[in-house]
Amino acid sequence: MSEGTIVKLRRMANQIALNYAAIGADSAVLATADHIKKFWDPRMKSSIFADNRTDLSPIATAAIDLLAAGVTPAPQSGGTEFNKVNEVGHSDAG
Amino acid sequence: MGFERQEDFGTPAVKSDEMVSLTIDGREVTVPAGTSVMRAAAEIGGQIPKLCATDNMKAFGSCRLCLVEIDGARGTPASCTTPVMPGMNVHTQTPRLEKLRKGVMELYISDHPLDCLTCSANNDCELQDAAAQVGLRDVRYGFEGENHLGLATDFSNPYFDFDPSKCIVCSRCVRACDEVQGTFALTIDGRGFGSKVSAGQVEDNFLGSECVSCGACVQACPTATLQEKSVKAIGKPERAVVTTCAYCGVGCTFRAEMRGEQLVRMVPWKDGKANRGHSCVKGRFAYGYANHRERILNPMIRESIDQPWREVSWDEAISYTAARLNQIKAESGARALGGITSSRCTNEEAYLVQKLVRGGFGSNNVDTCARVCHSPTGFGLSTTFGTSAGTQDFDSVMDSDVILVIGANPTDAHPVFGSRMKRRLRQGAKLIVIDPRRIDLVRSPHIEAAYHLPLQPGTNVAVMTSLAHVIVTEGLADEKFIRERCDWDEYQDWARFVSDERHSPETLEAVTRVPAQDLREAARLFATGGNGAIYYGLGVTEHSQGSSTVMAIANLAMATGNIGRRGVGVNPLRGQNNVQGSCDMGSFPHELSGYRHISDAATRKLFEDDWGVTLDPEPGLRIPNMLDAAVDGSFRAIYIQGEDILQSDPDTKHVAAGLAAMDCVIVHDLFLNETANYAHIFLPGSTFLEKDGTFTNAERRIQPVRKVMEPANGYGDWEVTQLLANEMGLNWTYTHPSQILDEIARLTPTFAGVSWERLDREGSLQWPVNEKFPEGAPIMHVDGFVRGKGKFVVTEYVPTDEKSGPRFPLLLTTGRILSQYNVGAQTRRTDNVLWHKEDLLEMHPSDAENRGLKTDDWAKLTSRSGETTLRVLVTDRVAPGVVYTTFHHPATQANVVTTDFSDWATNCPEYKVTAVQVMPSNGPSEWQEDYNEQAERSRRIVQAEPAE
Ligand code: SF4
Ligand code: SF4
Ligand code: SF4
Ligand code: FES
Repeated sequence: MSEGTIVKLRRMANQIALNYAAIGADSAVLATADHIKKFWDPRMKSSIFADNRTDLSPIATAAIDLLAAGVTPAPQSGGTEFNKVNEVGHSDAG
Repeated sequence: MGFERQEDFGTPAVKSDEMVSLTIDGREVTVPAGTSVMRAAAEIGGQIPKLCATDNMKAFGSCRLCLVEIDGARGTPASCTTPVMPGMNVHTQTPRLEKLRKGVMELYISDHPLDCLTCSANNDCELQDAAAQVGLRDVRYGFEGENHLGLATDFSNPYFDFDPSKCIVCSRCVRACDEVQGTFALTIDGRGFGSKVSAGQVEDNFLGSECVSCGACVQACPTATLQEKSVKAIGKPERAVVTTCAYCGVGCTFRAEMRGEQLVRMVPWKDGKANRGHSCVKGRFAYGYANHRERILNPMIRESIDQPWREVSWDEAISYTAARLNQIKAESGARALGGITSSRCTNEEAYLVQKLVRGGFGSNNVDTCARVCHSPTGFGLSTTFGTSAGTQDFDSVMDSDVILVIGANPTDAHPVFGSRMKRRLRQGAKLIVIDPRRIDLVRSPHIEAAYHLPLQPGTNVAVMTSLAHVIVTEGLADEKFIRERCDWDEYQDWARFVSDERHSPETLEAVTRVPAQDLREAARLFATGGNGAIYYGLGVTEHSQGSSTVMAIANLAMATGNIGRRGVGVNPLRGQNNVQGSCDMGSFPHELSGYRHISDAATRKLFEDDWGVTLDPEPGLRIPNMLDAAVDGSFRAIYIQGEDILQSDPDTKHVAAGLAAMDCVIVHDLFLNETANYAHIFLPGSTFLEKDGTFTNAERRIQPVRKVMEPANGYGDWEVTQLLANEMGLNWTYTHPSQILDEIARLTPTFAGVSWERLDREGSLQWPVNEKFPEGAPIMHVDGFVRGKGKFVVTEYVPTDEKSGPRFPLLLTTGRILSQYNVGAQTRRTDNVLWHKEDLLEMHPSDAENRGLKTDDWAKLTSRSGETTLRVLVTDRVAPGVVYTTFHHPATQANVVTTDFSDWATNCPEYKVTAVQVMPSNGPSEWQEDYNEQAERSRRIVQAEPAE
């Protein structure tokens, strides 16, 4: 893991946390954790888990701790459970 | 198929609930009220001679050739300007009419060169047809008198000529330019006999005029006066195949008119529901790249990027590629491999690339160029509405009363839709433009924006939130709609949030630089002006808060009740032709086709059973993450189809470092693009003319792409992917892309009802097409949001870290122009370069003066990422403190200066805001020179030994 990459990952985690901050700290932690779980590749996740938290905001820190502990937060940001498999007639448009 | 012009009904179709019955030449016909007698006759197969009428513009009534007799009416009215009346009895062929028409025709012909036999329009000329129709055999007047036959031809436009000696002054061209295109470039100068068509001033020619070379006038011209050069060069077409433009997200359909294996011309298809018979210079004329001498037709390989390329056979290339991939997989695991699908290729091709990556490579490291353009649209709209797509069809704009355009430049980037929007604006719809730059739409012939809010780049969220502030605090929100359709609690949270004084236009003015009063008035207009529609583009998405702005736009539409019917909605204007499609096809690393998350076990099982493989349940890497991982050594091989990430992605130096660090870079493209400088394997690609498939445009419209000639490189792109897949042991057996489409339909609920046969029959379909929407869905969220209740999302304005300061005092924003397309790989290889030879840096006069810069001077553009040089254009289109450029030319390397900052939710790069400094310079930067040298070295090719 190069220095550049971990710096970027920290920035990304902080940026996500910052954009969710307005919904209140508790919800923001869950939303941030959910977002990282949904969109980050395993090597990105394990790098940030292994990293110290000194450069992370409190929300980002709590979210990473949650994920590192193996918790799966309920979907927060992804909207809905649309377009389920084999749901003929219940596509993501209805 | 024989060759025929598309049928011309003379006047446009009319929509009306009231039907009118009348009799024409003894036959009864029933048509909507308001239809012309000419069109009614055409609908029952009658042909009234005509010259000045054509069915994509209003009737004009000037040529007097279309006269008819009507029982009980005086004289002989022109059928093109006479509306049908109940019980009318019309005669189109009588001795009196014949005589009158012959007389008219004689006058036309007497001022027309009689060289029909050698004319390039021979047998494809409406004047000739009309003369035959009225039975004109000889002309009594002769050519002795004054005529126009000596006028010189204007050859200035690279694609069509204007030969005024053949002009009959029907003014169809002028009306096409005004009504269809909306450019108002042409006029009829003079009166009576002296009148002639002119592109502006007397000394002006087409190229020097306002003309944007859309071709509408050429298509409208009934004679050979305005004609494509290619028809003269190649000859009259013999057959026509309907296909879809491969340039932009409008998705214009064309008749590719062929002579043998040669493409004579592309003529916009009048039945095309996206373009309604119109086109722009790119789709209409800029297809010459397909035969450009730089196109690569043979596969090539090399061990390392400092070696020259070596041409090899397809067999060798494919087995070498598969062996390299297998070896790297064995050494470093599946997650070291990945691929990029292309928004320029077909749905079927994008689908196959992601299938190869997921099912063959065994990782989810697949991404697409939408990462750098509309990924925030997917995230934002699926969060708020429940689906990753725009809500309207293009026709919807004709029912809009207030049009809000933010971060988009439709007249340049989506020209055919731009023309439609302009038509609606000329009819009186109001326009609000939110853009740091004064785009053409703000003031153009017969159009003036009600408000232009020239915001500081990077403050979209602040502006959207303050618009919402005004709407909520002034009681203008549509509570009835919100209570019915949205989550009321979430709305209240949001309303409280936006009502806070810190979001008022007065408070935020310091940040946005938008005058508070203007912003208030614009908000009131949008909330109360009738049907409000929002159109947006990359000026919204390519920011560190791109996803937030998309959600803020959705909030605004819901708060004002502008969702779920014609004339309203949220409309992302997509960049490339198949951005929507490539996203739909599962090109993102976290989701399968139809936007279903890879972590969902049931969805995975569906694909696993169908494909006979096991899928990785973890999301893969996105493009920027792939490059980081490459530098770190954990990502080693990439298959890139139809993308030039080195030129199009931000922070070129970092992209180059990522590519250079990989062990196997496979580029599958038409040309040795910039990315190919770092490639080890080059697989030649095919053009859209050489393969079958489908594209999906910005209005979710799936349209067929049809093969009109054999692939010059030997294989369609889908076939190449299949060769590779089979070499890796996947046993695919597609013999036609329609089978791939069937598989997509089988595995994707939104595509369930789509098939090649149906597209053949119906021309196009707008997804979703399934049991619930058997005919597709032009307008979405009509009875309720896809996600159930519409979700209001609190969007806090978080200023970007990219700030101007003493070292970099200006903000750079980027965009594109009409004649060029994306990285320009195609358009730069056509005569379109006449309109755009190089990228220019637009700069406000005060900033230029401070630096001693004038238009055409070389300037050095520096950011914390890098520096480049380009020429300056001084203009007050941009505000002081803001500079602007395009990214069409590799020599400019605009992305050397853009940074690696990106959208918080999707990593879509922040192209639209870079802090820069601009200083005078006397030539290309060191990086540009080094780069050019490296590029040249890297493009050397050693030809294959001829077989013994
Ligand atoms: S090509 Fe288009 S813009 Fe140019 S004169 Fe003709 S209609 Fe007008
Ligand atoms: S150039 Fe063609 S369309 Fe225009 S007035 Fe002359 S004949 Fe008519
Ligand atoms: S580039 Fe876009 S607007 Fe132009 S012809 Fe093609 S699809 Fe239409
Ligand atoms: S076609 Fe009707 S007047 Fe020309």
